Amino acid sequence: MTAVPMTEPMGQSLLDVEHLTMRFGGLTAIDDLSFTARRKEITSIIGPNGAGKTTVFNCLTGFYKPTVGRLKLSHPEKGEHYLERMDGFRIAQVADVGRTFQNIRLFPKMTVLENLIVAQHNVLMRASAFAVAGLFGLARYRDAEKAAVEKACHWLEKVNLIERADWEAGNLPYGDQRRLEIARAMCIDPVLLCLDEPAAGLNPRESLELNTLLTAIRDEQGIGILLIEHDMSVVMGISDHIVVLDHGRKISDGDPNFVRNDPTVIKAYLGEEEEEGDHA
Amino acid sequence: MAYFIQQLINGLTLGAIYGLIAIGYTMVYGIIGMINFAHGEIYMIGAFISVITFLVLQSVGMGFVPLVLVVMLIASMLFTSVYGWTIERIAYRPLRRAPRLAALISAIGMSIALQNYVQLTQGARVKALAPIISGGMTLFEQNGFEVRLSYLQIFIIILTMALMAGFSYLIDRTPLGRQQRACEQDRTMAALVGVNVDRTISTTFVMGAALAAVAGMMVTLYYGVVDFFIGFLAGVKAFTAAVLGGIGSLPGAMLGGLLIGLIEAFWSAYFTIEYKDVATFSILVLVLIFRPTGLLGKPEIEKV
Repeated sequence: MTAVPMTEPMGQSLLDVEHLTMRFGGLTAIDDLSFTARRKEITSIIGPNGAGKTTVFNCLTGFYKPTVGRLKLSHPEKGEHYLERMDGFRIAQVADVGRTFQNIRLFPKMTVLENLIVAQHNVLMRASAFAVAGLFGLARYRDAEKAAVEKACHWLEKVNLIERADWEAGNLPYGDQRRLEIARAMCIDPVLLCLDEPAAGLNPRESLELNTLLTAIRDEQGIGILLIEHDMSVVMGISDHIVVLDHGRKISDGDPNFVRNDPTVIKAYLGEEEEEGDHA
Repeated sequence: MAYFIQQLINGLTLGAIYGLIAIGYTMVYGIIGMINFAHGEIYMIGAFISVITFLVLQSVGMGFVPLVLVVMLIASMLFTSVYGWTIERIAYRPLRRAPRLAALISAIGMSIALQNYVQLTQGARVKALAPIISGGMTLFEQNGFEVRLSYLQIFIIILTMALMAGFSYLIDRTPLGRQQRACEQDRTMAALVGVNVDRTISTTFVMGAALAAVAGMMVTLYYGVVDFFIGFLAGVKAFTAAVLGGIGSLPGAMLGGLLIGLIEAFWSAYFTIEYKDVATFSILVLVLIFRPTGLLGKPEIEKV
């Protein structure tokens, strides 16, 4: 595959979703959806239940093969990848797309630290010459493992879990599990981070912390974040760009101010024109 | 007392062999939740390959015992691994998303196919092998009964312990093992952090097959005879061992193997040798009734 050098203007586009359509038998879950997510931006996908938000994520991460459409990821270092053609694990391994789930999916029987080290296993596998060197504890592998632990600790500090590094992940309180999942996704060094309702089940204080964490990731790592969220305090507070879906179609696309005042959005959420509430 | 200790030694040797086979069952179960009923055949093939290797070495005039053993070990592990990989590739992978029963039937079919394949290519007659490691030591004597520990038994027990230790380390400490545990806990999520799940599953089959090959070679050395049907009984007993220890648990498989070996040895010694298999399988029934999760397996706890 040839890496095409990127020559596009500022606000580099990272993910171009073009005419994405996903049908399950007679049901059209996503209908001709196009939008762009950029680097160093938080792009939120919102919409009422059943609008097809999670389906978009499942297409992006290789769970579903889209019926129609192109998902172009412009990796700043590795060139363009067409996600709709890639196997699930290669999307994480090669295209560097990280993801979290609506219902948390950690490795519950591993420790918190191990969860983060698994996410770095591609580096470690190479360094350990596919476990051979790991078995004999060779120096190169030891260094790689040390680096992996350091990176894991860095993220544990970021998400405030360093003191619980040795806990079994399944025993963590709910809010901690959410943050650990984000940390784990960050450990694969993603260029695009897809978060599926990270604020679900968090209390107001925790969701405020989440805002801080996500904006920090955006600003410090320079990656793009794709966010599905129902909590409007999170969405409106940190999004640079919002895409609104209803019944699989895009009904609005713009910055938070635009979307908040868009009559079609208000109608989709509340049925008829009314002032925006914290109805989520 | 002397008699008891002698049976203890015999039982441990036998148990070590069962344990090695049981690890293959338990690892595969851990990672894809399926009982690989062709695993016994893998062990049988390992035994055959070690016999063939030995005959080849003999025909080229190599007689230095340690070297012969090492070559036999490596050859049988290598070739048997290829069998393990191939079986997974053609009989199980296409059924990954099918109901579990389909994979189970495919496994049984594979087991029959392999038995017949070996029967056709190697003949149905028992193959005998002259003892390679002979001799031993007398530990002590009591009332005219000698407690003997043969060098072969020492070899088997030490090799088994070394392999099991190596394996536990591999699973606990290396990226490969971590990857296997990740696949075992959540395959989807493992793929999302970039783990090549298919390759990890293949690796698991290869590792299980390599251990079964070692067991096959040990049995060849221990009993001196192999035929195409040995895989069935050994396979079912190792499966019993895996269930007894708690299927999915690596230490459980080792413990279960040892226990089954001991039960068999003591039953043969103190009761009737004809009913030793009945005793073993009664244990399977009792375990399934009273402790379905096995001795070390707790539901949903660390299993590989």
